[in-house]
Amino acid sequence: MSKTFTPSPETPAVITANDLRMGHCVWMLDGSWTADPGKAQLFEDGPRAELALLEAEAQGHIVVGAYLAEAKRGPNGPEATHFREEFRRRGPSNYFHGKQAETVTA
Amino acid sequence: MFDARPNTSSNLDYYRHRAAQFRSQVARRLDGSLTEEEFRPLRLMNGVYLQLHAYMLRVAIPYGTINPDQMRTLALLAQKWDKGYGHFTTRQNIQFNWPKLVDIPDMLDALAEAGLHAIQTSGNTIRNVTTDAFAGAAADEVMDPRPYAELLRLWSTDHGEFQFLPRKFKIAISAGAKERAVIAAHDIGLRIVRNDAGETGFQVWIGGGLGRTPLLGQVVREFLPEADLLPYVEAILMTYNLAGRRDNKYKARIKITVAERGLDVMREEIEAEFINRRAVFTGVDQKLLADLKAQYAAPNFRHEPTGDYEAERAKSGAFRSWTDTNLSAHKVEGYASVTLTLKAPGVTPGDASDEQMRLVASLAERYGHSDIRIAHDQNIVLPHVHKSDLPAIYRELVEAGLATANAGLISDIIACPGMDYCALATARSIPIAQDIADHFRARGLEDEIGQFNIRISGCINACGHHHLGHIGILGLDRAGVENYQITLGGDGYEIPAIGQRAGAGFPGEEVVPAIDRVVTAYLALRDGPQERFIDAYRRLGAAPFKAALYPETANA
Repeated sequence: MSKTFTPSPETPAVITANDLRMGHCVWMLDGSWTADPGKAQLFEDGPRAELALLEAEAQGHIVVGAYLAEAKRGPNGPEATHFREEFRRRGPSNYFHGKQAETVTA
Repeated sequence: MFDARPNTSSNLDYYRHRAAQFRSQVARRLDGSLTEEEFRPLRLMNGVYLQLHAYMLRVAIPYGTINPDQMRTLALLAQKWDKGYGHFTTRQNIQFNWPKLVDIPDMLDALAEAGLHAIQTSGNTIRNVTTDAFAGAAADEVMDPRPYAELLRLWSTDHGEFQFLPRKFKIAISAGAKERAVIAAHDIGLRIVRNDAGETGFQVWIGGGLGRTPLLGQVVREFLPEADLLPYVEAILMTYNLAGRRDNKYKARIKITVAERGLDVMREEIEAEFINRRAVFTGVDQKLLADLKAQYAAPNFRHEPTGDYEAERAKSGAFRSWTDTNLSAHKVEGYASVTLTLKAPGVTPGDASDEQMRLVASLAERYGHSDIRIAHDQNIVLPHVHKSDLPAIYRELVEAGLATANAGLISDIIACPGMDYCALATARSIPIAQDIADHFRARGLEDEIGQFNIRISGCINACGHHHLGHIGILGLDRAGVENYQITLGGDGYEIPAIGQRAGAGFPGEEVVPAIDRVVTAYLALRDGPQERFIDAYRRLGAAPFKAALYPETANA
């Protein structure tokens, strides 16, 4: 999913990708990657987000397909605003698999 | 071209070679020698996708035919490198949803040792050739299509000219008087027929396909002699390779080429090219075909009484119901083909656990002449079972959760993985399919409704064949919410038809009530239990069913 918006205080975003070796979803945190979306860095500033995305894309030896995903501030960190991102955060709905079933380390 | 015999040493060497090649590519990707841009086409050539939560490995099951040892290898992959199950697809393949990239070379090695591979299960090339799951067994069959399917597989695998087509390319072969391979929805559809002189040949269709522009194939040749199969198919591919659009991936399939240029123009060019191609086939293909026909000779069938089977039917209502629904007529007296539906209550359509795969392998060995098929409707078929063995088979299937008596019924739903797994999906498919199946089971209406095809896709690419469902369901993203459009009147078989969109879509929680209204209307309107929904729809038109779907509009 490619970036289709510019993050702003009204439409913040996180940077997310898939881990190269394992394939699972990861989120950017201060230039490194976390498997916990609640710990992701929330970008409200467009140029800063663009710069961080470039940094993410440069880490092709760690992650695949980095992009900006719209998010909102929640009590336990960033939360997804679109159901697709919610599925990536949680895992599939037909099995108790994915992040809902396991703690993975990026 | 490979040796004609499947899984001979030369084939295995080739699969091993390809697996080793991919191992090296993965290593170079991980050490940074290859970028993702460079690696992506290489992994796709080996059936490796990156999906929503993980990598996905798609393994080819050539024309859906698999032996017990190969099935056990699939079970091993599910158990050792995945999460204990595999997902069978409408193209008779199997997909593993959770492999790690670092493990995939080991998975390909294991497949190679079993004579299996993932080559050409992705990319713009000729994909797995598909056919009738009852091939070689069906009572209404003109001829076993598998030797031709295998010939096409051997010819197309690693065919240098067709590795970079404008788009992916799918071929299906049907051989029954009743069509069961959905040939009208394929780039090339081949129907085995006999001409007035009693010679075997093919009715050739081109230009079918679903996706965002669903089109039915058209007959480009009424009768193609058997000996001309490869040169003619090659002429079609060559014509498409030259004329197919490469400027727009959404207009690159042969269905668009045929639609834009016209069938007559395409036919003229194909026939002209065919003359050239025919000349360079010196007869090696026919020697190969003769070899293959011998390999696909019928098993050594038994001739025994079926009294135990009849006695069990009289004694057990559950067994009788299962045999009424899940058996298909066999060409040999005393035998049947058995469908094991992967659509039990609550399960994901098309999924089989490693234990279930091992049981199927064992049953095929003990009772089924070691022959197993994967059907395009995401079920498993044991094609050759003597009826006297059915009571014993049924008992083991019940234990394994594989004896659901719903083949062809409303709960036997084709569903793509949808947004639960697929990176392209715009909505989920699986839970909607499960809810519909659960609803009609709870109402106890499955048997009364009779044969009914519901197909659901989680995006416009139509992997769930929703256009061909008597009722089709297409999941979309409408302003950040899952929404489902309904189509009516689709059919992939005897009278191919693309379903027509009924109207505005429904939120997920309203899909089951909407489908229920259509089915209730059908039960009230049909001529009798023998009139299927699709027949009633054709007789009555869409209006009464649209009125049932949208009662507020009908009453306005």
